[in-house]
Amino acid sequence: MKAAARAESDEALKDRVLEILSHVPDPEIPCVSVVDLGIVRDVREDALVITPTYSGCPATIAIASAIRSALDCAGLSRMRIETVLSPAWTTDWISDEGREKLRAYGIAPPAHGAASQSLHEEQAACPRCGSPHTEEISRFGSTPCKSLNRCLACGEPFDRFKCH
Amino acid sequence: MKPLVEYALRLGDDGLVLGQQLSEWCGHSPMLEIDLALANIGLDLIGQSSHFLKLAGEAEGEGRDADVLAFHRDVLDFRNALLVEQPNGDFAQTIVRQFLFSNWQELLMRELVRSQDETLSAIAGKAVKEVVYHARFANEWMVRLGDGSEESRKRIIAGLEWMWRFADELFAVDATVEELIVRGVAVDPRPLRAEWDARIAQTLAGATLEVPKPRRAASGGRSGHHSEHLGHLLTEMQFLPRAYPRAVW
Repeated sequence: MKAAARAESDEALKDRVLEILSHVPDPEIPCVSVVDLGIVRDVREDALVITPTYSGCPATIAIASAIRSALDCAGLSRMRIETVLSPAWTTDWISDEGREKLRAYGIAPPAHGAASQSLHEEQAACPRCGSPHTEEISRFGSTPCKSLNRCLACGEPFDRFKCH
Repeated sequence: MKPLVEYALRLGDDGLVLGQQLSEWCGHSPMLEIDLALANIGLDLIGQSSHFLKLAGEAEGEGRDADVLAFHRDVLDFRNALLVEQPNGDFAQTIVRQFLFSNWQELLMRELVRSQDETLSAIAGKAVKEVVYHARFANEWMVRLGDGSEESRKRIIAGLEWMWRFADELFAVDATVEELIVRGVAVDPRPLRAEWDARIAQTLAGATLEVPKPRRAASGGRSGHHSEHLGHLLTEMQFLPRAYPRAVW
């Protein structure tokens, strides 16, 4: 009985924390939250477990401090932030909602299940006009997670979230 | 020094020094796209380095964190391979250095994922995804420059001439690494040489370039015997934290 009540409260805490974090935006791609990105790995009573996207992502520090203030504001100062490297983050962990938000923001989302074949991706559909006729201009874009592309139909340049 | 500390320093210093070198291209590259690429590759390497140095500091147990190890060690205490401290030179020379390094690093990280040390394995698991992009970028530019104009070809050949003698050190094993290889912690780089040679030869063939003839290898970086270049690099890199030791962002 006790165990069941306890499990429920863990679940409630998890829901509450995820709700709080769903309002913490990625500092470089503010249309998506840290939950959409899939970097929140676990919520425990004493610790929140997150994982960095790229080893050198400069947003990592900003994300941790934004999460810290959000938790503090919600009265969860005792919850530590723990960073784990393994299993390594993959773009497959970006939620469907997150993918839709990226597209609406003008960033072509990564394909699902494509992380393992990251170097042989098909061209992205243009996030503006939807045309599949696009080309990659540079594999390295404005942030480590994006490549630079151009739509051959509407002529617009656009970012693409790289499969990782 | 404990073997694990030494090994983590080597891996960390490779990334730190090469990352610092690549950051010097920021704002100076031939094209905006290359500027972004070199800065991003440098960022990946420095990120990986900070994980390796953090591990080194924790394994050492004397309270040194990644920043202290990066900014408060002198040149003789650095353990990077000589290849990564070779000067940027022109764009071709930078590309050759990256070409030799990233192809090696990719093979190394793929193996390091299986390390008995959980932290090394975790860092490698992230790094390998990043390094495949670096290797591909460098391979493509080798072909473009080698099979490009007369001028680009001349420069890429000169770059190969400069860098080739530093490749052997990447595959060398000393007593420290030997001990870790036996324990399943470190990667034995010697068996990776054949695949590396094949990759290098394949890209050079695509670039219509010949594999350089073997020459006397230059080594010593792993034991702290560096070229003059590293000291100059550290002077620039370490100035601020040395002048203001407790400064924070």
